[in-house]
Amino acid sequence: MFTVAAAAVLVAMILALARAFAGPTLYDRILAVNVFGTKTVLLIAIVGFLMGRPEFLDIVMVYALMNFITVIGILRFFEYAAESESADETIKER
Amino acid sequence: MTILTTYISWTFLVLGGFLCISGAVGLLRFPDFFTRMHAASVTDTLATALIILGLLLQTDAWMVQVKLVMVLVFVLLTSPTASHALAKAALHGGLKPQLKIARGSNKAGQQSEAEA
Amino acid sequence: MKIQTFSLGILLVIFWLLNSGHYTPMILSLGAVSIALVIMIARRMKVVDDESQPLHLAASIPAYYLWLLKELVLSNVDVVTRIWRGAGSISPAMATIRINQTNDMNRVIYANSITLTPGTVTTEVSRDSITVHALSSSSIDALNTGEMEARIRRLDR
Repeated sequence: MFTVAAAAVLVAMILALARAFAGPTLYDRILAVNVFGTKTVLLIAIVGFLMGRPEFLDIVMVYALMNFITVIGILRFFEYAAESESADETIKER
Repeated sequence: MTILTTYISWTFLVLGGFLCISGAVGLLRFPDFFTRMHAASVTDTLATALIILGLLLQTDAWMVQVKLVMVLVFVLLTSPTASHALAKAALHGGLKPQLKIARGSNKAGQQSEAEA
Repeated sequence: MKIQTFSLGILLVIFWLLNSGHYTPMILSLGAVSIALVIMIARRMKVVDDESQPLHLAASIPAYYLWLLKELVLSNVDVVTRIWRGAGSISPAMATIRINQTNDMNRVIYANSITLTPGTVTTEVSRDSITVHALSSSSIDALNTGEMEARIRRLDR
């Protein structure tokens, strides 16, 4: 039954990846990457159970927090980049 | 572990998997960024909760259970913040939400239904 | 400030003990040092106050979480049906809703609850109104009835 859940999560990850490649705007891609990250969290947890090694959960927790900080960090960067013309200026401003 | 908890846990895992795929399908099918965001929040809330509850019922080690609950709490606390930041950044970045639509394609939906 | 520092300390000790799983004197003392360090940094950053440690809500928030959980399940079912029925079944809408919450904490809880519920996302929060994007106009109507808002207003009492 873990295999079914892992397969479902993998399918969802592939679909999210398709949106990340297709996604017309930058924000679609960030959204898709965020979903991909949440799915990765679930996948690592399920694989940990599948292999009978629940120690994977420590990695899961770190990944869950990292995923959040990544998204906020990327958004922070592009929020300023959208206002000025080039990314170089943004770096100087900060 | 009794046979009943095993069945409940299987149900949760399969339902959670189905919701994961549903959310991802919505991510592909919906017409613009803001509607896709709603589809993504399905996978962030109930799908995650169901899969983690399903895993929770599979183990007797309290430390593993505590860590699973912590992961769930992290995800539930951080996902609205991330969604809000994303929506706000998109609006400020000049993305206009599409407010009324009437078109639909069914290809992506049927494919994944077979897999689920 | 005192009580908040204390509760942060208790929280960190519980968190550390639950996560560690190794209870030898050596590891325990390392844990004590790291907890002390975290409390010191948090106090230096001036983030230890009743905003990060809302102790006054501790009694009333569990009931609200249960209600929110019910709403979460219902709106999840709604959004999933709309996903499988296709793009024809959605009617995206955006609306600005007046709020009369008394303090910042309530405003944040309200905005985050709306965002957490699938089908509605808060895009803008200001003093007396919030802007919401919804997957269908019926979600906006549900918010306008003000049930969630009234429940959050009751948390303080």
